[in-house]
Amino acid sequence: MKKILSILLSAVICASCAACFAGCGGSDEKKPENKGEVNVYNWDDYVAEGQDGLMNVIEEFEKETGIKVNYTTYSTNEELYNKLKNSNDNYDVVVPSEYMVSKLIREKMLLELNYDNIPNYKYINKRFKSLPCDPDNKYTVISYWGVTAMVYDKTKVKNKPDSWDALWDKSLKGNILMIDNSRDAMAIAMQTLGIDPSKCTKADVDKATEKLKEQKPLIKKYVMDQVFNEMEGSQSAIAPYYAGDIAMMMEENEDLDYAFPKDGSNLFYDAFCIPTCAENKENAEAFINFMHKPEIAAENCKYLRYGCPNDEAVKLLPDDIKNSELTFPSEEYLDKCYIFSDVEDDVYTYMQDQFVKIQAK
Amino acid sequence: MKSRKLTIPYIIWMLVFTMIPIVMIGVTAFTDKNGAFTLSNFNNALFYTNVFTKSLFIAFISTLICLVAAYPLAYMMTRMKKSTQNTVIMLIMIPMWMNFLLRIYAWIILLQQNGPIDTALSLLGIHGTYIGNTGAVIAGMVYEYLPFMVLPIYTVMSKIDNGLIEAARDLGSNSTAVFRKVVFPLSVPGIISGITMVFVPSASTFLVSQYLGGTDDIMIGDVIDKVFWTDQNTGSAISLILMVFIFIFLVIMNLFGDEEAIA
Repeated sequence: MKKILSILLSAVICASCAACFAGCGGSDEKKPENKGEVNVYNWDDYVAEGQDGLMNVIEEFEKETGIKVNYTTYSTNEELYNKLKNSNDNYDVVVPSEYMVSKLIREKMLLELNYDNIPNYKYINKRFKSLPCDPDNKYTVISYWGVTAMVYDKTKVKNKPDSWDALWDKSLKGNILMIDNSRDAMAIAMQTLGIDPSKCTKADVDKATEKLKEQKPLIKKYVMDQVFNEMEGSQSAIAPYYAGDIAMMMEENEDLDYAFPKDGSNLFYDAFCIPTCAENKENAEAFINFMHKPEIAAENCKYLRYGCPNDEAVKLLPDDIKNSELTFPSEEYLDKCYIFSDVEDDVYTYMQDQFVKIQAK
Repeated sequence: MKSRKLTIPYIIWMLVFTMIPIVMIGVTAFTDKNGAFTLSNFNNALFYTNVFTKSLFIAFISTLICLVAAYPLAYMMTRMKKSTQNTVIMLIMIPMWMNFLLRIYAWIILLQQNGPIDTALSLLGIHGTYIGNTGAVIAGMVYEYLPFMVLPIYTVMSKIDNGLIEAARDLGSNSTAVFRKVVFPLSVPGIISGITMVFVPSASTFLVSQYLGGTDDIMIGDVIDKVFWTDQNTGSAISLILMVFIFIFLVIMNLFGDEEAIA
């Protein structure tokens, strides 16, 4: 018995060593000439890095250009902002969301881009140029966009919901999940009250706060990433989340379906920017350009399922993604959506503050 | 003189990683966004009094359960054969090799609807929800911190001189009296350091309640995390208050036992 065990163990050790060597050997195969480096600070789980048989776009970039990528990630815009503001780290490429772009521009923390170095910008759909957060189109290249929607379990919710009111449905008490992010939660509450979130004031935030307080007793949990486990594991009935992620959940559990609130929802996007602390601006532009090479952008879209603003890349996508309403909602629907870009700092801080207080009471 | 020199790296370590951060939290807590002195952060922090009380309550209950569960176990372990003792210690330690968050995920799976516990109890005709309430949070905490209670108590108990126990028996004590008069008093330092090691981290923990609790089980650690997103000043004020509470708690514990017990 012991012998068998030790043989097994040594086999495992050998196999893992071999795997390691294979891995190390692969990347050392050919060393491109040294062209310096680029420090990329991006969202967690944001680009295809060889998962599910997809391309590893970071390695691909290094191979093609010979520029070394130092890749680090964050999980909230606030984390990114605090890092840029308070640390001495140098980042060359960052990918803030629309409202954070506005804030960074206001605080003069972004460099103007040289679009001549980003020729692939021509593939970007017109809707996503001159973004509201950067109307003169100087600082940004959009990376992804998306909308918020609802995911629900058909076995628990009988009728397909058509507005955010479903999240206040008393018959689903204890089975509703709410998004744990002040901006999205407040915006949903504002929409049910008929307030345009993109022009909200502190008074509007107060109204939304009251609405969310009403909702709290009905809610099972405030969630972000946990929504995947909850919905895929049939633990809850309904949740608002980002449409691209809902597509992923539906692949895991066939009882799930999606619903768009009929009055429109939040159209959000993230954009590649170069912060003022950048030391390798040209490499950064090369990186941004590379990310919008149609094959690369398509590969990333297959991985993330968020809307791809690159028209050429969309052509390369398989039909099931191209025709998915979750990844690409219709033009008419997008026209109904609002963009949450230029909320004043103190309103946003107030929003965050009130949201924590709702959760704490 | 020589031993002084050897302490220098540790002093630097303490200075850089303990003293300076504490001073920074202190400064941030007493200033506003522009760096001017203010007390309003503490005023904001007062809003979270109920969360504070609830966190201390959850930490208290978890510590109590840990103590009740760990003490007999530690006592039994000292009576076992040396080799069995080592195996048992090993078994207590093994879960700690795994990441804490992964273990909390395991609890989610255990407790969720149609999970193993729910299925088993349903077969017996008992239906209920086992996740999303304070009970689940306490279960997660007890599971998490139990080893920190067992190990110090066990260490102290295993050092009790067997001669003392024999002497008590020779002088006519029955086993209850031996436990009450000899074993228990000598194990107090272990209990105190166990309580400290469980209570302090569980009062300030975060994520456990986010994963296992419901909407009303938010703990002060989660509040600090969320407040820090946009308001470092209030966040620091809450942290500072928490530190003061923990400090007071340590001082009180100090009164019960001899100083060496508190690490």
